[in-house]
Amino acid sequence: MTISREDVEYVAALARLELTEQETQEYTEQLNSILGYAAMLERLDTDGVVPTAHAVPLHNVLREDQVSPSIPQEKALQNAPDADEGFFRVPKISLT
Amino acid sequence: MGIEKSVSELHELLAHKDMSSTELTKAYIERIQAVDPKLKAYLTVLEDQALAQAAEVDRRIAQGEVLGALEGIPMALKDNLCTEGVRTSCASKMLENFIPPYNATVTDRLRTAGTILLGKVNMDEFAMGSSTENSYFAKTRNPWDLECVPGGSSGGAAVAVAADEAAFALGSDTGGSIRQPAAFCGVVGMKPTYGAVSRYGLIAFASSLDQIGPLTKTVRDNALVMNAIAGYDRLDSTSVPFEKPDYTEFLVNNIRGLKIGIPKEYYGEGIDPDVAKGIQAGIQTLINLGAEVAECSLPHTEYAIPAYYLIATAEASSNLARYDGVRYGYRAEAEDVLGMFKKTRSEGFGQEVKRRIMLGTYALSSGYYDAYYLKAQKVRTLIKQDFDKAFERFDVLLSPTAPTAAFKFGEKSANPLAMYLSDITTVPINLAGIPAISIPAGFVNGLPIGMQFMGKALDEGTLYRAAYTFEQNTYYHTLKPQLSGEVLTCGSR
Repeated sequence: MTISREDVEYVAALARLELTEQETQEYTEQLNSILGYAAMLERLDTDGVVPTAHAVPLHNVLREDQVSPSIPQEKALQNAPDADEGFFRVPKISLT
Repeated sequence: MGIEKSVSELHELLAHKDMSSTELTKAYIERIQAVDPKLKAYLTVLEDQALAQAAEVDRRIAQGEVLGALEGIPMALKDNLCTEGVRTSCASKMLENFIPPYNATVTDRLRTAGTILLGKVNMDEFAMGSSTENSYFAKTRNPWDLECVPGGSSGGAAVAVAADEAAFALGSDTGGSIRQPAAFCGVVGMKPTYGAVSRYGLIAFASSLDQIGPLTKTVRDNALVMNAIAGYDRLDSTSVPFEKPDYTEFLVNNIRGLKIGIPKEYYGEGIDPDVAKGIQAGIQTLINLGAEVAECSLPHTEYAIPAYYLIATAEASSNLARYDGVRYGYRAEAEDVLGMFKKTRSEGFGQEVKRRIMLGTYALSSGYYDAYYLKAQKVRTLIKQDFDKAFERFDVLLSPTAPTAAFKFGEKSANPLAMYLSDITTVPINLAGIPAISIPAGFVNGLPIGMQFMGKALDEGTLYRAAYTFEQNTYYHTLKPQLSGEVLTCGSR
């Protein structure tokens, strides 16, 4: 399968990235080359194989639901590009 | 004065009051001032804070307190490990001004152990790369040849240790990012078992693969640092509850009867014949020392690279979704919030990061999840089973750490796939979650090469035993890059 320019533009929109013309072209080529290489995985029969996510299987990591101190508001806001009265401020959210 | 010594030697000097931690810290800072304008290992140097920490340790020594193994030892942290009050940039424009409000667990543990934080070191942006060329801020140079890359993504950490700009450093390893730069710079680098060291406060790249580990001058130093940083942490839900051993107990100069497997797939196409020859000589040394060596097979090795790049990029695209210009990091101004997200991310991330976000988003997008991400996670199981089978017969496996010695700047950066393929000897280990260590194993054209031992999950101890024995019977780790002349002739200041 091949990845078209439109695919790349669609994925960029999903990833909230704005690509330049040159980036769109480059990524189209490079994604084709990388995914073309990855197509070799299709040769492997993986029916019935359980996916792996951890070297040492851990299950249901839970803790007591207890209130404990956390980072205070001022500290949580100290890196904010724009903050006001204890809130993060962002530009208008348009619903169009 | 002193800066070229190992952590264990420095500890003796401090414990016997032959040298104070303040003197030692000053010596490292002078060294950084002398060589770092050329090498560019550091992104941030914390002179005042380091000297204050050293003075504190010296007060404790003066009061006659028993000195811990790492107390008063100056070190550096990769700039993706959170340090409260100290900028943690991930070598990205996105986090250029980010000052974490908390410490990573490893930062806390090293602070508790009494180490001195000299500064934060360079890396590929968000740890994505194999050469440190993807840093937004600087190109770090290999001290063995200033025209060569130091490897990556923990390039700054490896250079700081190799060039005596720190006694040790911590890096992170998602697909080889500790081991490959350690090999390229001639130092020791350990990628511990997934879950053995807490990832709390490590800025995430690919959460199921990332692991923090030490880069050191000697195998003993490596075990000492692991003693301080390993162990269960409730702040990391993937942290493994296990009985942490004293890793230095494994440092015996004896591998008689140790069963070492040589996976033939790691010596195939793409491995520089001179590197293969160097590793062959290393294998002969191990045989002479009484190891039982035999060939074995990890048949799914060739599938590791595609599986790795699908999993790592999928997880990265999800992890990096948080950089939206709202709560921290870079923000670009725009009319509305969606425009702000897009502009912020497009301007804040570099090319390689965007490429991986694109690839990962594609792999996770509707209709492709099963074909790519899920398929890769299943292939991961097959790769892990290869290792399980091999470890029924062998105690450790051995390979070159990287297919070549350090390459030149720009040599691979034009072709992402070629750069990805150079990770073939390291990524299968992250996919399986097992530990592996790289140690100096010789030179090719004056550049260091590394030998990698791979072990069973949570069996770092046997890796230390094998690595220590090899080190004690070879001289490679005693050789140093000849820096001062070159740095002066290059004359950057």
